[in-house]
Amino acid sequence: MIFSYEIPLILLTLATAAGAIWVKDLISSVLLLGTYSFFLSLVWAWLGAVDVAFVEAVVGAGLATVLFLLTLFKTDPKDTRLRRPPPSLATLIVFPLLGVLLLYAASDLPEFGDPNSPASVHISPTYLERSYQDTHTPNVVTSVLMDYRSLDTMVETVVIFASGIACALLLRRKEK
Amino acid sequence: MKIFLLYILVILAILLAVYLYRVLRGPTIFDRVLGLNGISTKAIILLIVIGVYFDRVDMFIDISTGYALLNLVGALAVAKYLEQKGAP
Repeated sequence: MIFSYEIPLILLTLATAAGAIWVKDLISSVLLLGTYSFFLSLVWAWLGAVDVAFVEAVVGAGLATVLFLLTLFKTDPKDTRLRRPPPSLATLIVFPLLGVLLLYAASDLPEFGDPNSPASVHISPTYLERSYQDTHTPNVVTSVLMDYRSLDTMVETVVIFASGIACALLLRRKEK
Repeated sequence: MKIFLLYILVILAILLAVYLYRVLRGPTIFDRVLGLNGISTKAIILLIVIGVYFDRVDMFIDISTGYALLNLVGALAVAKYLEQKGAP
């Protein structure tokens, strides 16, 4: 396919990411980060990773925006004023070099959807062939997350639960 | 049919860019909130069109519903914030 639809989505994502550090006040930054997550989630959906897109929408656009706003509730206006010193010389040199290095490394990655890439030859065919007989779940991603790696998922849930409790303890109102 | 859907996707991306201009340039915070709401409605439609494009509408309907709900929650949180703190 000559025209690839990722390019407009990537351009929109880059525009929001640049805007989030360009705007003057923090609340606009938070809103722009929510927009950024929406666009990133569209990119995931376009690449076919529906589950990742759903998580990006829930966590990035919904939960992170609400958590950032909760944090802004607790801050004074003098804390949210943005001072932006001009970038130092080291920043201007190191970060383009880092970008070039990452682009150079990305040229070694296998093509998207390549059946001979290392990720698709090791264990993925086994999952694709046997997951329905093993778990009776039509969605392979769900069966991997909830059955083959269920212990991993359970401990992740414990971590998220602990961090939720910590946030609730830190953000609770003081009782008079 | 695929070409037609691809044209629809491109036109929707252009519409998203128009809303994005309002979010980026919006002089007041309310412009940004309204632009964000418009962006999420376009994103919902865009997801369903992507689903039709890939013949997997049943999965994409779920995320688009989640988008719509989250959009409501986010707009409510912003409204609550502006109610309490006042517009900057």
